[in-house]
Amino acid sequence: MTVFTEPQVDPARRTRRSLTLGIGLLLVGLHLAVALLTLIWTPYDPAGMAGGRLEAPSWTHWAGTDRLGRDLFTQIMIGSRIALIVGAGAVAIAAAIGVTLGVLAAFATRYLDDALTATFDILIAFPTLLLAMLVVAATGNASLLSAILALGIAISAIVARLARILAKRVLAMDYITAARTAGSSWPSIVFRHLLPNIWPTLSVNFALQFGLAVIAEASLSYLGLGAPPPNASWGRLLQEAQGTVYTAPFGAVAPGIALVSLVIGMNLLADGLRDVGDPTRRRTR
Amino acid sequence: MSLLAIEGLTLTTGGRELVSNLSLSIAPGARLGLIGESGSGKSLTALAAIGLLPPDIHAEGSVLLDGRQVIGARENDLIPIRGAAAATVFQEPLTALDPLMKIGRQVAEPLIRRYRREGRDIDRRGIAREVRDLLERVSLPDIERIVNAYPYEISGGQRQRVAIAMALACRPKLLIADEPTTALDVTTQAEILELLSKLVDENGMALLFISHDLPVVARVAEEVAVLRQGELVEQGPVKSVFRAPAHDYTRMLVAAAAAFDRALEPAQ
Amino acid sequence: MASIILFVLLRLLPGDPANALVSVGADPEQIAAARRQVGSDLPLAQQFLQFLSSLARFDLGTSFVSRTPVLEEILARLAVTVPLTLLSFALAVLIAVPLGILAAVKAERWYGATISVVSQLGIAIPVFWVGILLVTLFAVNLRLFPSGGFPPQGWSAPFEALRALILPVVTIAIVMSASLLRYVRSATQDVLGSDYLRTARALGSGFSEALVRHGIRNGAVPVVSIIGIELATTLLGAVVVERVFTLPGLGSMLLLAIEQRDYPNIQGVLFISTLLVLLIGFFADLAQRWIDPRLRERAGSVQQ
Repeated sequence: MTVFTEPQVDPARRTRRSLTLGIGLLLVGLHLAVALLTLIWTPYDPAGMAGGRLEAPSWTHWAGTDRLGRDLFTQIMIGSRIALIVGAGAVAIAAAIGVTLGVLAAFATRYLDDALTATFDILIAFPTLLLAMLVVAATGNASLLSAILALGIAISAIVARLARILAKRVLAMDYITAARTAGSSWPSIVFRHLLPNIWPTLSVNFALQFGLAVIAEASLSYLGLGAPPPNASWGRLLQEAQGTVYTAPFGAVAPGIALVSLVIGMNLLADGLRDVGDPTRRRTR
Repeated sequence: MSLLAIEGLTLTTGGRELVSNLSLSIAPGARLGLIGESGSGKSLTALAAIGLLPPDIHAEGSVLLDGRQVIGARENDLIPIRGAAAATVFQEPLTALDPLMKIGRQVAEPLIRRYRREGRDIDRRGIAREVRDLLERVSLPDIERIVNAYPYEISGGQRQRVAIAMALACRPKLLIADEPTTALDVTTQAEILELLSKLVDENGMALLFISHDLPVVARVAEEVAVLRQGELVEQGPVKSVFRAPAHDYTRMLVAAAAAFDRALEPAQ
Repeated sequence: MASIILFVLLRLLPGDPANALVSVGADPEQIAAARRQVGSDLPLAQQFLQFLSSLARFDLGTSFVSRTPVLEEILARLAVTVPLTLLSFALAVLIAVPLGILAAVKAERWYGATISVVSQLGIAIPVFWVGILLVTLFAVNLRLFPSGGFPPQGWSAPFEALRALILPVVTIAIVMSASLLRYVRSATQDVLGSDYLRTARALGSGFSEALVRHGIRNGAVPVVSIIGIELATTLLGAVVVERVFTLPGLGSMLLLAIEQRDYPNIQGVLFISTLLVLLIGFFADLAQRWIDPRLRERAGSVQQ
């Protein structure tokens, strides 16, 4: 039914859109602020004993303490920093590898393109976590870097496939042909026309992958394949918390909430960006 | 008593008026053409007539379909008159048909509903026979193949004929055709128009024909109503409106159509 | 193709696999013998051929650590992982489909919008956290279900086995249904805005009648297309959840193998899981073609 040719200007929709973006920015911004703060100050020394063991949340220890007496809230704050580093790092790697390969595939000859696409599809069929586990195992020791690397590689396949589809679509457009006939070289076309046009959709995808990377890293840490303290991520905290779940159940709640809030924030941000970036997008009914 | 009596119809959405204070009526057996450019609100008027407006459009005024008020009516009250009082043929035949259902079954659906309405027994063989009969009446070739085919396996013109057959299966008093030929090529257009004209005559139905294309409307309608941005600007018998348009807008439309024709005429 | 990648990835693992077989301080002769056994003394290409041939025979080798045949162990573990996956998926579908449809049809009402919001939340939650929370709530506080473990007799003690699986199944189902729900909702929205629904109603069909007769089949198409991926993801979720509930499934076998550098086991598990994923994809594809006749015509892959 194509009666309306203009985008919805329904005021209710518009407030919902900006609400999404607003909450997303708020949540992510909160974590960002906390992460930056940890670089210069934390409530307690993350490695030191600050109180009794497994204390319940109180005014002195907002999230309680862990089994070694370390303040949990401090650790959660540091977790923000870790999560942001992991997310950003993994997405950066995935973007670098994925966009390059994807755009290359879009330009490639039929056979190379088919081969690349097949590789992408197979890698995508492998669950991200599994791939990451493999790469971590391959690099031997578990560390922050290996986690970031692993996740980055695992996610790059998804990015590559998306980039390829988008690039193909753009390459088929008339303005590319126009640029060619005007004499532009391929590199300049890529940077001046192709990348700017696929960037909006890609960056929305990046925001979503960020959230997935954070969850995946948490899973890795939980399974013991992530970074050890003091670079402990929320996943690691949850793993430790599980060991003491009979005596101190609260330890499992706070890190999880922190994680969920960051990922939701990122997802909302992605949704908000999607609507902002493309005003012609038909809003669902 | 008119089959369709619209009075003071106003359609709004999000503060914008899409149709303003529209009034028109169609008597049994009459043929009304509704002309307008895109965005004039003509399709919405058709949807308003059968109570199928999208949820974000608010309707005010009165729409009497076969004597029953449509505006504000409950869905359960509207269901029996849709199809029986007025059946609709839409613009895009490819999307208007269920892509995953065989043609035969799709035509049978409104047929079975009518049987139930008339209290007849639902006899599979009888239904199958009448489905084929309907497909024949819309001049479809190769009926056996089409009955078992899916919409994507037949051509656009054939799909539209199927849509018309489905509308006929309801034995409606009023046939609403919303830009039925716009998505078709010119030759097929002419065929479908002829078919519609013939069927409307044969079955004594009234016709509401909606289009932006003047010559097309002139072929099928007896009376025309011209819509501009949701407002009715002129109404009258086809010949007089086209030969001597009273309103500026109508004049402009007629002139444009005539210029097009002239441009196509071979140089004398 | 997949086997090549598997092979490459595994050989990338540092350290000669033979080293894992022998203990530290073995003399060169023993190392050579071990290498011969593992086959790493052969050129790489030959190793690969050997790899393929043993795969074809389903001879997955013997575990470095436990000396038991890999395949045997895997089969035993599958008895836990497969029911876990299938039950979780079934539950997820049971939750997601009605709620997804509801969220789309009643999007304007508060409960429709709430469902959408909640599903947004659902995909942000890591599955193991849900597991930990559920364990805390049901096993620790309410003591309704076991907090972990699987009866040693396995399925010969069906009640115990099921009881051990309930919390894990619910855990996975919660997260999976959030994901599925989005697809169901989107598919339903497409159906609601479709022309064929409008045609059916214009010709006198009732709303729910039209929705059932036309909507279900058409709405199922996009959903079935991602069901393969979702099922594979469920399988993966099971891996993590097995750790939460200490279930002796495929996932814990893999984790253990990675920690112990038990190559045959790693290879075996990955091979089987890849096989399963491919099988699922294959059946999902078949299902798609069955529902949507338009897909049957295309011989090659869809042009992307």
